[in-house]
Amino acid sequence: MDGRKPILSVRDLVVKFDLRGRTLTAIRGASLDLLEGETLAIVGESGSGKSVFTKTFIGMLDQNGRVDSGSIEFEGADLAGYATEAEWLRVRGRKISMVFQDPMTALNPLRSIGRQIQEVVEMHRGMSGRQAELAAIELLDHVGIPDPVRRFRQFPHEFSGGMRQRVVIAIAMACKPRILICDEPTTALDVTIQAQILRLIKALQSDFGFTTIYITHDLGVVANVADRVAVMYAGQIVETGSAEDVFYDPRHPYTWALLSSLPQLGVKGKPLFSISGTPPNLFNEIKGDAFAPRNPRALRIDFELQPPMFQVSPGHQAATWLLDPRAPALEPPAAIQAMRARYPGGER
Amino acid sequence: MSDGTDKLLEIRNLRVDFPVRGGLFTAVRDVNFSIRKGETFGLVGESGSGKTTIGRAIVRIAQASSGEILFRGRRINGRITRELDSEVVQKIQMIFQDPMASLNERAKVDYIVSEGIINLGKFKNEAERLALVEKALLEVGLLPEFASRFPHEFSGGQRQRIGIARSLIMEPELVICDEPISALDVSIRAQVLNLMSELQKSKGLTYLFIAHDLSVVRFITDRIAVINKGELVELAETEELFAHPLHPYTRALLSAIPVPDPILERKKVLIVYDPASRDYRTDKPAWTEIAAGHFARANEAEAAEYRRLLAR
Repeated sequence: MDGRKPILSVRDLVVKFDLRGRTLTAIRGASLDLLEGETLAIVGESGSGKSVFTKTFIGMLDQNGRVDSGSIEFEGADLAGYATEAEWLRVRGRKISMVFQDPMTALNPLRSIGRQIQEVVEMHRGMSGRQAELAAIELLDHVGIPDPVRRFRQFPHEFSGGMRQRVVIAIAMACKPRILICDEPTTALDVTIQAQILRLIKALQSDFGFTTIYITHDLGVVANVADRVAVMYAGQIVETGSAEDVFYDPRHPYTWALLSSLPQLGVKGKPLFSISGTPPNLFNEIKGDAFAPRNPRALRIDFELQPPMFQVSPGHQAATWLLDPRAPALEPPAAIQAMRARYPGGER
Repeated sequence: MSDGTDKLLEIRNLRVDFPVRGGLFTAVRDVNFSIRKGETFGLVGESGSGKTTIGRAIVRIAQASSGEILFRGRRINGRITRELDSEVVQKIQMIFQDPMASLNERAKVDYIVSEGIINLGKFKNEAERLALVEKALLEVGLLPEFASRFPHEFSGGQRQRIGIARSLIMEPELVICDEPISALDVSIRAQVLNLMSELQKSKGLTYLFIAHDLSVVRFITDRIAVINKGELVELAETEELFAHPLHPYTRALLSAIPVPDPILERKKVLIVYDPASRDYRTDKPAWTEIAAGHFARANEAEAAEYRRLLAR
């Protein structure tokens, strides 16, 4: 790590949901440090727990979900212990804001864009009337909406998907949060619009100086935005490191598999690497490494004992028995070796 | 490669209009391309570009307003004979994007897969129908006993396999795949892509692959056509298109795809397409073959410039 302080520290977080009399463990002991000013991408497939994990930072778990154990330290408080809405209102939207995937459902279709932003400015910044309106128009301008004075009076349906997402971002910016969580912010958008939104978030980050968490399954987006990457599988973080560490020198077999199955790394005319099977059922207790049943080269111990986090290098960790000194030496798959060769630092 | 005789599907001057309040909206205009037997042809564009409308016009869910769609040399749009109609219904199949929405929730897999052959009466007795369903399910990597289950019992990847089985049972020649893997997770995408290319090899299928994600399209297609606002802007063999994109819209699209490589991504220069930057007042653009097999929508001046670029 480069000496930056953690702004948010999660330790051994366990999140459970009650569903029809059964208990699902969505997060199974995840720990993570978010560093001040960085952009961290949390990568995982659907059901890996990446959205649930970050929802615990703003108290937005569904009714039937709860933090079972663990801590979330932010500004000297433990968010995991927050129980009342009054406590959460001090953090949610004010200190930690979130941008969701679908800008259509995030906005109220019956209220003008301007009023929706103004409302947040009034609530969180203590402005009112004309002053709040001007602040809202300034925000629209800041997120790149042309002709903000006219657009202020319009309704969400008069905006395109990309423009709507800009509005959602303006609302998130309204109270100058310290952390911005972007949950698949561009999945519903076209690639050219996506590129513009990613660029906008970067520009705002350098203007406002917040810390960003991206949640995404798109490794191209991760490569574009992330300083650091956390890979999630079955409710756990299995690897964290700088973007360079994770893309050019990944260590966890799941990270290998995920990268290898990208068409960009495939060879045309040959079958693409694919992960067999499906992720484990989180209603059941999981023994050992959760990825072992889908990993054709799993070790015997992977089925018996959950691997701890091993340190690969400063800032790069992975939870796999392959990093244990007693483990047999195993070469990563060809696609990963090819990625490593592309890294200008060469062999590491 | 092409001698003009191996065209399975040919589209000439296709135009599709939709009625809107107070007039017509032209979703697709002036579209020309052909698909060779056995190839995978990619049609790439952003939402609202008209790419899906072209696919739907081919299977005749959307009606062509003018122009011609030829299948094995015979016109299949407009009025056609009943024999040709049932042949087209069978030989051109479609796979849809969202496997959650495209399967009838109330029907069992058995019915979903055999609906096409039931409609066309393509089996002699119940035993033959069951055998066909079983064969189709096995071909897409599903178990025959899945036939008695309902769609909600399956994962996204399995549902997409059901969608593929339902088209395979018709023994199609051309399969129109409309964003078949966009709704799937990365690891499941690879499985479905592999299945599609295995089936192509074993059955000699021809694919029209409609997608917005150029990185996936690059991996599986032989040729790509890029569509913007209802018009094709460029068409070339896949690697040629990536190596020498000519039209500014293609360049913008290529520059916008995120690549899973942090160093390349940080160095990347984003190109923004500005249609207003070009002057078409006197010199009108047309669909032009710039080099053998490489087409672009260009006016005379642009075509000359593109040829210079390719010659370099």
